[in-house]
Amino acid sequence: MRKIKTASDLEKWRQDIIKKQKRDEIVVSVCGGTGCHAYGCKKVRDQFAKAIKKNGFMDKKIRLRFTGCRGFCERGPIVTIQPQGVFYQRVQEKDVDLIVSETINQGKIIDRLLYEDPNTKRKIDSEKEIPFYKAQHRLVLGKNGLIEPTKIEDYIGVGGYQSLTKALFEMKPEEIIEEIKTSGLRGRGGAGFPTGKKWEDCRKAQGNMKYLICNCDEGDPGAYMDRSLLEGNPHSVLEGMIIGAYAIGGSHGYIYVRHEYPLACKNAEIAIKQARRAGLLGKDILGSGFDFDIEIAKGGGAFVCGESTALISSIEGRVGEPRSKQIHTVTRGLWGKPTNLNNVETWANVPLIIEKGSKWFASIGTEKSKGTKIFSLVGKVKNTGLVEVPMGITLNEIIFGIGGGAKNGRQIKAVQTGGPSGGCIPASLFDLPVDFDSLTQVGSMMGSGGMIVMDEGTCMVDVAKYFVHFLEEESCGKCLPCREGLKRMGQILDGITEGRGDEETLMLLEDLSQVVGDTSLCGLGKTAPNPVLSALRYFRPEFEAHIYQKKCPAGVCTSLIQYSISEDCTGCGACAKVCPMKAIEGEKKQIHRILTELCSKCGSCKDVCKSNAVIVQ
Amino acid sequence: MDLKWVDLIVDRHQEKRTALVSILHDIQDRYKYLPEEALRMVASRLHMDINEIYGVATFYKSFSLIPKGKHSITLCLGTACHVRGGPKILRELKNFLHIEPGQTTPDRQFSLNVVNCLGVCAIGPVMSIDGKFYGEMNPMRAKRLIEKNNRKRSGVKS
Ligand SMILES: Cc1cc2nc3c(=O)[nH]c(=O)nc-3n(C[C@H](O)[C@H](O)[C@H](O)COP(=O)(O)O)c2cc1C
Ligand code: FES
Repeated sequence: MRKIKTASDLEKWRQDIIKKQKRDEIVVSVCGGTGCHAYGCKKVRDQFAKAIKKNGFMDKKIRLRFTGCRGFCERGPIVTIQPQGVFYQRVQEKDVDLIVSETINQGKIIDRLLYEDPNTKRKIDSEKEIPFYKAQHRLVLGKNGLIEPTKIEDYIGVGGYQSLTKALFEMKPEEIIEEIKTSGLRGRGGAGFPTGKKWEDCRKAQGNMKYLICNCDEGDPGAYMDRSLLEGNPHSVLEGMIIGAYAIGGSHGYIYVRHEYPLACKNAEIAIKQARRAGLLGKDILGSGFDFDIEIAKGGGAFVCGESTALISSIEGRVGEPRSKQIHTVTRGLWGKPTNLNNVETWANVPLIIEKGSKWFASIGTEKSKGTKIFSLVGKVKNTGLVEVPMGITLNEIIFGIGGGAKNGRQIKAVQTGGPSGGCIPASLFDLPVDFDSLTQVGSMMGSGGMIVMDEGTCMVDVAKYFVHFLEEESCGKCLPCREGLKRMGQILDGITEGRGDEETLMLLEDLSQVVGDTSLCGLGKTAPNPVLSALRYFRPEFEAHIYQKKCPAGVCTSLIQYSISEDCTGCGACAKVCPMKAIEGEKKQIHRILTELCSKCGSCKDVCKSNAVIVQ
Repeated sequence: MDLKWVDLIVDRHQEKRTALVSILHDIQDRYKYLPEEALRMVASRLHMDINEIYGVATFYKSFSLIPKGKHSITLCLGTACHVRGGPKILRELKNFLHIEPGQTTPDRQFSLNVVNCLGVCAIGPVMSIDGKFYGEMNPMRAKRLIEKNNRKRSGVKS
């Protein structure tokens, strides 16, 4: 790697890289995101490396690329081949030789590995035509497929660090802040605070030492876009932070990564080292006289550490307890110095805005929510994965258009957004445009971008109970309303799901929710009642069925349900085979029977029954 | 117990107090848990009170003050995995291993852990055994995976 001392050095380097890349005739990209890893992509990549070496390819130059997450995790491992642009899914080690001999050598497409549209049964060979990708607008996530995250050359080749040069040499810090302000960028970490305003406040704050923090704690369960960005394109986050530091006057940065994300830590660490060696981080960046460096701080798996003041405590090496925010972190944060904290996705948007301009950015999205947002579309929906869409698109378009609707012909009931601070939005409101303000209006929130789809087999009381227990466990215990209030709310919800509720239960639950929300110290407790209140608002009859009929309509709450097998049973024996408790008996071709005393109500039998003969009551 | 690693780990982090969480992670990776002697040593090297270190070590969920089993099973019960049947798998694991989350089997083979998201939500329910991820789990598959790992018993002491 070369050390770059000026902007024109960087440009020269880029031209060299592009020239070199042009010599590659074929690029094979294997997705190396965590989802694809679980499906065995590492073996696929190794097999490609072997096959390419073995075949020699005298006349062709082939490059193998191990990229970050491509988003369509449910269909992994994903392999694309350029320049044809073929998109293969569910690729296994054993398919590699065939791909090499057919597609790479002869340009033939292997039908079996293409994506099949479940509605039209049509095989689709290019990424752009797949419904999952078609309606997306992959500004931030798009480069993941074009680069290998551990190669700074790849990032430079696609125009990386060009925005940094522009910021350092063509713009004054105030102009950068103005640009971010007019772009309308709002924080992607949850609350949607205007980023330009935060930067301005931090720039104006008194102090010669200022810190920048990138929040990659991503404690919101069901969300994984921050990790995929930091893993798949770490340099875009670094570039955003360096530009921010120049604008704010920051001298040192931290990336706070949760410990469950070892690959994100590793890739970010590598990127920092590369950027330092290239002269893009450290002293006198690109010869501009500006100094800035970044290091990684690891979290320890505590949800509350995503909150800014708790996160700061954690970096300081202390217990991650939040403090009252009367004095904002932009004036007094890390080590008591002015500190600017932004989410991973917020930082990754910065280079784009500097490169293409605030007008361009502001032309995407709605009046008050600009740009795109990455969501993790998961749960009971056909196509799961990471989707990046312009703000203002409707929930319908995301869940049915991109997500392909429900699995196994079931009915979608609701979608949960905003994580433990958000709420469940019923299917009747799915024409709602997705932006910061609309989601808040219906009792949920944008949050960091989890979008968990629920169908008729999801019990909303159980979901509310799940979140309360989650928050009860994650409450740091510093303030009483959150510590004790959530515990009581959890007990009440346990009671309802175990058939112990009565007329007064719901009233008590609502009162308590109000108090916890009003009196808690930090955002965790303040928003904790949201999942309960939104469930009560839209799914009250389900609560009432638990309380008055002692029934769980979705068939989830084990104390209130019983499994049995109906006359529709064909005696295929599939259920007996999967039953982990050996609680099903019956002769072949005869109606089977569930032994209630052994049954652990796991539902495995229902999942495998082809004739729908397993009944939950 | 050989504590030379603790010294090396603290050296590597340049005795920085900011690195406390990272230091504890590295110690845990090395010894599989946080031995009390190691924590005392960290306290004296970082000039911190042992109580403060204890506070940090017990606050963060990823740390354990008791030794872990040979195989570590981590089950995700995050929202996405929850709605896709994570709790059913937990029930099965508890039945099968006869331990609660956070505990280790008496033969020191398996430790069971429950977390709130492994960040692979698209393919839930997700379980990981010794750092390897398995997606689209169900109670039966979970049981089989454990049986498979249980057969690899060779070379285990106590
Ligand atoms: C309990 C709690 C947990 C949070 N967790 C996260 C998180 O995991 N990631 C994140 O970026 N922001 C999280 N936030 C929001 C941060 O406090 C902060 O507002 C945000 O990181 C600021 O960045 P932004 O302006 O770019 O959104 C959390 C807030 C609260 C109250
Ligand atoms: S919710 Fe299970 S991996 Fe995220």
